Amino acid sequence: MNVFEKVAEIIANHTDTPVADITMEASFEEIGLDSLDIVDLVMAMEDTFSVKIELSQSIKKVGDLVTVIESLKQ
Amino acid sequence: MKSSMSFRILGTGSACPACVKTNEDLSSFLDTDDEWISSRTGTKSRHVSTTETLTEIAATAAKQALEDANIDAKDLDLIICATIQGDYITPSLACMVQKEIGAQCPAFDINAACPGFIYALDIALGYFARNKSSKILIVGTEMMSKHVDWQDRATCVLFGDGAGAVVLGEGDSLLAIKTTAKGELDILNIHGKNGNSPFSQHEKQDEFVHMNGQEVYKFAVISMCRDLKDVIAAAGLTEEEIDFVLPHQANIKIIETAMNRLKIPKERYYNNIERFGNTSAASIPILLDELNRSKRLQNGQNIAMVSFGGGLTTGAVIIKWQK
Ligand SMILES: CC(C)(COP(=O)(O)OP(=O)(O)OC[C@H]1O[C@@H](n2cnc3c(N)ncnc32)[C@H](O)[C@@H]1OP(=O)(O)O)[C@@H](O)C(=O)NCCC(=O)NCCS
Repeated sequence: MNVFEKVAEIIANHTDTPVADITMEASFEEIGLDSLDIVDLVMAMEDTFSVKIELSQSIKKVGDLVTVIESLKQ
Repeated sequence: MKSSMSFRILGTGSACPACVKTNEDLSSFLDTDDEWISSRTGTKSRHVSTTETLTEIAATAAKQALEDANIDAKDLDLIICATIQGDYITPSLACMVQKEIGAQCPAFDINAACPGFIYALDIALGYFARNKSSKILIVGTEMMSKHVDWQDRATCVLFGDGAGAVVLGEGDSLLAIKTTAKGELDILNIHGKNGNSPFSQHEKQDEFVHMNGQEVYKFAVISMCRDLKDVIAAAGLTEEEIDFVLPHQANIKIIETAMNRLKIPKERYYNNIERFGNTSAASIPILLDELNRSKRLQNGQNIAMVSFGGGLTTGAVIIKWQK
């Protein structure tokens, strides 16, 4: 499973959104997540990928999170 | 058997200012609404001081706890108030409470922000261990309405005023306790007095709460889970054996996220943030008093308390109820 697939699976588990609707371009707002839900999500990602993600306003869509995780894992 | 190594809780009390402000009341002068505040924090109303002093509410909570414990104020050996600031910088709030309730023992304040009450329990433990005391009054109390900027909707809606007290006597209720600190200024702070020294070259700062909410949120969830697990293990218990969890009432979403990461059954968490908001060092003793007064506590039950706050500080404790 690549980073995107894993991220999509975690988001689907956290929300009622079907995995198929979670694309790189989907914004968290569209998925129905508020700023605190994003913090929860970031923490779940930190646990899954064993990385430390800086919270920042620039994480707005799924792709942003995937990019951050991929760069941290390198 | 008389054990002088630890303590038990003999009585509890709590008090709040009379004035209650709902989210709707706040939206009359702030650009906010009930939906935002309730869904992000879980708070619907909070008590706010209009005329009451911190000394008054702390003393009322203390008197209730003494009455519940059936102890005379003159028999107290020590008073500790956990607060970020009393009515005066000096005398300490604990000295003011001592005067108000008619006690004669040593009295001092400690500041460990929201976990102050748990820090105070740890200090009390040391007094009992040294056989210095046999009756200790602890009051966790805060008037956050003085410290928030009422024009800043991101912080002022979160907090409330209140006081919670316990009277401790000799016993062996304390199963495990933990406190931590991690010096960190930017995430959460309130600047102290500026003064008017003609020699000062310090830049003047405002005296309000400043907070990076999301960083606090993350710290809170992580530390709550870690500290609860640590004290449960140190007490030789499993998560299933905890009968009540009294988490610091900062944000219901912090508590829910932590709940999902722990195995303690969810109905064992006791919350009242809906009616109080975040009362800082008062939140845990108020929860405890509500449970005690409503007769929900039974001897032998394991009660976990956990808190986090400015400092950054954290604390957690497991008490076996024996009243
Ligand atoms: C304070 C807290 C509820 C804020 O939630 P958040 O999701 O981080 O909110 P943000 O500050 O990112 O703000 C999100 C939006 O809501 C707005 N907002 C903030 N407060 C608001 C309010 N009372 N009413 C309406 N909107 C508000 C913000 O302006 C922002 O709008 P924008 O996106 O258009 O700029 C949350 O961070 C929290 O509870 N953190 C823990 C704090 C804590 O426990 N402190 C005490 C420790 S003892």
